Amino acid sequence: MLDSLMAKLVSPFELRDLGILGMNARNIGFIGRYNQRANYRLADDKLQTKSAALALGIPVPELYGTVEYQFQVKDILKTLGGRDSFVIKPAQGSGGKGILAISGRKGDHFIKSSGALIDEREVRRHCSNILAGLHSLGGRNDCAMIEALIDFDPVLKDYSFEGVPDIRVIVFRGVPVMAMMRCATHSSDGKANLHQGAVGVGIDIGSGQSICAVQQDRIVSRHPDTGIIFNQLTIPHWQQVLKLAASCASMAGLDYLGADIVLDRQSGPMLLELNARPGLAIQVANQMGLSHRLAAAAKIADLTDSQVEKISLARQQFSQLTVATGQLSMAIL
Amino acid sequence: MINSKVQIGLIAGALIALGIGLTLYKAISLDLPLVPGQYREVWTVESKTSFTPTRISNSSQAVIPVNIELKLPLDRAGWVILEEHFASSGFGFSILEQDDANVARWTRQTLDRPTTLYYKIQIYRASDNRTLPGLPVSVAQKPLLEPDQQAAMDRLLDRLQQQSSDIQSFVQLLLQEFLRDSPDQDTLFLLDSYEEDSFGVLMDVLAMADISAHQIRGIVLEDGRRRQTLSTLIEVHNGESWSIFDPATASAGLPDNFFIWQRGDGSVLNVVGGRDSRLEFALVSNSLPAKAVVGMEQHSDKFAILDFSIYTLPVEQQGIFKGLLLIPVAALVVVFMRLLIGVRTSGTFMPILIALAFIQTTLFIGLAIFLSLIGLGLWIRSYLSRLNLLLVARVATVIIMVILLMAALAVISYKLGIDQVLTVTFFPTVIVAWTIERMSILWEEEGGHEVLIQGGGSLLVAVMAYLVMSNHLVEHLTFNFPELTLSLLGVILLLGKYTGYRLSELYRFRDMGVR
Repeated sequence: MLDSLMAKLVSPFELRDLGILGMNARNIGFIGRYNQRANYRLADDKLQTKSAALALGIPVPELYGTVEYQFQVKDILKTLGGRDSFVIKPAQGSGGKGILAISGRKGDHFIKSSGALIDEREVRRHCSNILAGLHSLGGRNDCAMIEALIDFDPVLKDYSFEGVPDIRVIVFRGVPVMAMMRCATHSSDGKANLHQGAVGVGIDIGSGQSICAVQQDRIVSRHPDTGIIFNQLTIPHWQQVLKLAASCASMAGLDYLGADIVLDRQSGPMLLELNARPGLAIQVANQMGLSHRLAAAAKIADLTDSQVEKISLARQQFSQLTVATGQLSMAIL
Repeated sequence: MINSKVQIGLIAGALIALGIGLTLYKAISLDLPLVPGQYREVWTVESKTSFTPTRISNSSQAVIPVNIELKLPLDRAGWVILEEHFASSGFGFSILEQDDANVARWTRQTLDRPTTLYYKIQIYRASDNRTLPGLPVSVAQKPLLEPDQQAAMDRLLDRLQQQSSDIQSFVQLLLQEFLRDSPDQDTLFLLDSYEEDSFGVLMDVLAMADISAHQIRGIVLEDGRRRQTLSTLIEVHNGESWSIFDPATASAGLPDNFFIWQRGDGSVLNVVGGRDSRLEFALVSNSLPAKAVVGMEQHSDKFAILDFSIYTLPVEQQGIFKGLLLIPVAALVVVFMRLLIGVRTSGTFMPILIALAFIQTTLFIGLAIFLSLIGLGLWIRSYLSRLNLLLVARVATVIIMVILLMAALAVISYKLGIDQVLTVTFFPTVIVAWTIERMSILWEEEGGHEVLIQGGGSLLVAVMAYLVMSNHLVEHLTFNFPELTLSLLGVILLLGKYTGYRLSELYRFRDMGVR
């Protein structure tokens, strides 16, 4: 039994050769070393992220309103102002918790993006739970924000089931290092969160093309619900996505962060949220360790301060696909 | 970065070296063995004499001189006294040698507030020889009784003497008579008409029967007791030799765990100039290697390091530190399991608290209680989540629920005769409530799978911590070599800088490099 268990493990030396970043190394070597604690607030609080982004002209989903106090919960319909589709989420939620996405109305009821019907009472209850800190980091009191539901790019339509897909880009010292698209599944309840069973698709930094897809840290080739094959995927507006992610890094003052970006049908790439402690599953989705990339990114950051140069160097050096597509990505530049 | 790494390395190295160095010093030059060998159970007995000084009426200033005399125990019945220690700040102190025992005397001219005097000894059983030295037989003094009492006494003696064959069986019958739920008319009358307690009646009956007897006062040794009082046995001369009876059980012989403080009648404590005096004992047993016991006997005065050891603290605090010193070991287990293995737990150090509860309840009963508490709690909590309460009120509700559940578990199991479940009270209520709350939210958000992973992880770490903490060697080392805690701290500091992979990550990244 021990033998079969050992056979399922990778040797730590192999992981080191692959440059896989472990949790301990991430916590001490990157989050602890590069991210100032004082700057966490901006990333952890989505309202602050949003206003900082707006000040810099970074596109974000429109904010419809906020619910800060319990007494405001009963007036939630007034705050919604007759809008049909919206998202209610905690400002300081972690890991995609507490997000309620409504895609339309049917009489007195609201239609969740999964298609289920809920009434106004349940929407109010959801708000109360958010205010009480149920979904928030450390259970602190929180406020609920109501923002526009993303009408995401139809190119990505079949890659996500009952939920909006987003693109996580890890940015180290202003250099985009690794990227992954996160696709909601039935088992993730429409949330683009890998912990909850969403599929992560590694995206080549050079070309914006898919590399490999994983669900619960295992490699998959098709979306479990829509059945679409992932290797055909190319993210549109890729240069803009990288630029947006890199701008967020300087805005947040965090040298190691994950920027979550969505592609809107009309407005193109938009910043959804920032993450000061991005997870490690992105390495499996890219079939590539972060350590070597981060070392190379540090060299790029030492070389130049220009955002455009950082991105173009990253696209050259971090391209994983064949020479042909590599040339393609050069052509886009 | 390099700098902080070097700093940590230096500090950790120094701490580890200091801890191990002190330990080796104690092991080599003081002969305290590192490995528990043959164990001696050493009891630390601390007597606390507390009293309130008497005031001269209507004057708050004038105070009577205080004079306290406490009879001291001797090496008896196989027990040997290792160390004696008196605490007497502000008091004149002397030891008087009397013919039968030593007496400690504390004196003070003025005293204006209630005071407690301490006398501490360490004792261990050196041999199984439980015989007491001979004692001259004194003629029993017959009491003077009222005629009706005398008549009742005569009838009782008559009956007992007819039933018994010798003095031994007479005494046993007498004691059983006094222990019965419904003693006969004569006994009842004697007990009621006496001003004294039943013990006085017993002594009088024995005297009436011309049996010479006296009391033996001492302590029943029970680990962890804080307010033990003196117990009394009866020693009776059966014509040839002395034998001992326990009036509480009517059994003959000196109980194994009885430490004799005073043999013979007369008071143990004399207080002049004070009132409301009490004599209480705190007890702690510590298993020490036989060699260490001998070493302490020889070295206790010579080495300053032992003078500053935990042994010199009052017994109550020693008992507390015995438990506290185990916590760093449990913390190391948690650090190890989380940083090196990568076990996920609900609440970082919650497993330690659960493990501490396991120590009180023993492992399997503890696990059963914990699982049923959490299971029932989650079940009720699932109803609460439909009520849509605000978070703080909901957790408070869960706390009250947990307490009620604990009470219900205790009562039901006690009625069923499963006494072990009574230890349910050792579980930290608030921690259990928060665990239920967290698990419940986890269940709603991430599903039962995640609850099993985190709950199982917490229990695994708790069980590991329990196994380490209840290990004999670990207990021996932490209590007798507390400086090892410094080494432990050093190791934890080093682990705090560990950037290698966790065991769980070797599994998590198993699909790396497949393509």
